[in-house]
Amino acid sequence: MSDVVIAGIGQTPVGEHWELSLRTLAVRAIQAARQDAGGLRPQAMYVGNFLASMISHQANLGALLAEWSGLEGIEAYTLESAGASGGSAFRQGYLAVASGLVDVALVVGVEKYNDAIGPQLEAALAQTGDYDYEMVQGMTPVTQAAILMQRYMYEHNVPRPAFGEIPLLAHANGVNNPYALFQKAIRREVYDGSEFYSDPLNMFDMAPYADGAAAVLLTRQALLPAHHPYPVVRVSGSSSVIDRLALHDRPDPLAFEAAGRSIQQACRQAGILPTDVDFFELCDTFSIFAYLSLEAAGYAPPGEAWKMAADGRLALKGDLPILTMGGLKARGNPIGATGVYQVVEAVLQLRGLAGKNQIPNARRGLVQCLGGPASTAVSHVLQRI
Amino acid sequence: MENPRHWRLKKQRYALIGEECPYCKAHLFPPRDICPECGEEARTPYAFSGRGEIYSFTVMHDAPAGFEDTTPYTVALVKLQEGPMVTAQLTDLGDQPVQIGMPVEMVTRKIRTDDASAGIIVYGYKFRPVLAGAR
Repeated sequence: MSDVVIAGIGQTPVGEHWELSLRTLAVRAIQAARQDAGGLRPQAMYVGNFLASMISHQANLGALLAEWSGLEGIEAYTLESAGASGGSAFRQGYLAVASGLVDVALVVGVEKYNDAIGPQLEAALAQTGDYDYEMVQGMTPVTQAAILMQRYMYEHNVPRPAFGEIPLLAHANGVNNPYALFQKAIRREVYDGSEFYSDPLNMFDMAPYADGAAAVLLTRQALLPAHHPYPVVRVSGSSSVIDRLALHDRPDPLAFEAAGRSIQQACRQAGILPTDVDFFELCDTFSIFAYLSLEAAGYAPPGEAWKMAADGRLALKGDLPILTMGGLKARGNPIGATGVYQVVEAVLQLRGLAGKNQIPNARRGLVQCLGGPASTAVSHVLQRI
Repeated sequence: MENPRHWRLKKQRYALIGEECPYCKAHLFPPRDICPECGEEARTPYAFSGRGEIYSFTVMHDAPAGFEDTTPYTVALVKLQEGPMVTAQLTDLGDQPVQIGMPVEMVTRKIRTDDASAGIIVYGYKFRPVLAGAR
């Protein structure tokens, strides 16, 4: 059993932070997490980020952010796996502490999206795919999602409105998250009346990209400050798996194989079945991703995850709550930071501090972060001791 | 400017040259030298027929850099007759509605401008509906 526990968490509101820079966002999240951890000093910092080198013209975030947060002299570097960067950074922090070579690891996910506009941003986002064989044809993450959605509807005869369940649920949960980009519920008529963005995908089927930073401190239980004021949350399972990068190279693009495999591995390490969790923070980068992730994890047969949503099983009061603090759709998608936000939100649930969205007596949560259409899948099981 | 990277890919872009695995006979596109089906080395060139059918598709309106002048455009995954799928734009559609399963064939077209100021144009494969009675 792993002895890696979460000592502290911090996050900035997700938004269009025109007034805040990449470094300012990251430093604020780091400060919040360090305060929450009772002043523990990390020996290593792992940064999750995707776009800084293209949008902010800034590489080596490890050196920049360690220096600007007063942590000169430590080990620090970036982990990049597109939308899964935050999850990869968290896994690296986990591995470092689990190895015994690092006592306290700081994980920070940061994304500064709103420093460019238009085609430059679309081109930067398109780096998630195979540049030579997908993106050169004008493919983008939105195109990939729309193509998957089209095929899913065709293969499984899924009614178009079924995809609305995910954004409706996400927005309903985002209302009570003060850090969420959208703290406002949406009505079914608004979803149904929305224009197609990339047919059959509409504006509400894609999570909004945004700025934000979140941070987590990891350590071993014995090293927690004497008066750690919260229930202790342990990382009891951790796994990262890749799929073939280009959608066209996969035997079944709807299978999200890496997503399924990483959940199996993380749950096996934790000694549980996926059905043994109290909630599942999945990656609703696009509505269709939520359904494909649920099916890959085995919660529903292929083509039927939307019925779980329609039956209310994924809501806060359902048997498998998802997106409990608004998910990517309502909290916002600060791409390389998203995986760390998911962990922060899961820890709030497990500490019993999720406010109006608290799942009663939540003891165990599953968190999954995806890069591209599950080209990289990073899954963690978090458990209250 | 990225001339070398486009030049390197000319056989794939203009002629759909992939590979055949000498061990398991799988047909590979794009060529990758290691067969993803059996893990052995696959370096035997193989020219694909360019015929296939649509696996799925969508229409793009918000284009990335280099495609601003050609929106809206249709992107599809095309399942080639020989097995692999490729990502490509559809062209010469006219008023014909695109459908999953529709037979298509490869043609060479302008893909995008790579560097507008230098006038670099990238050419490569697109797919068009197989004309009725053409086979």
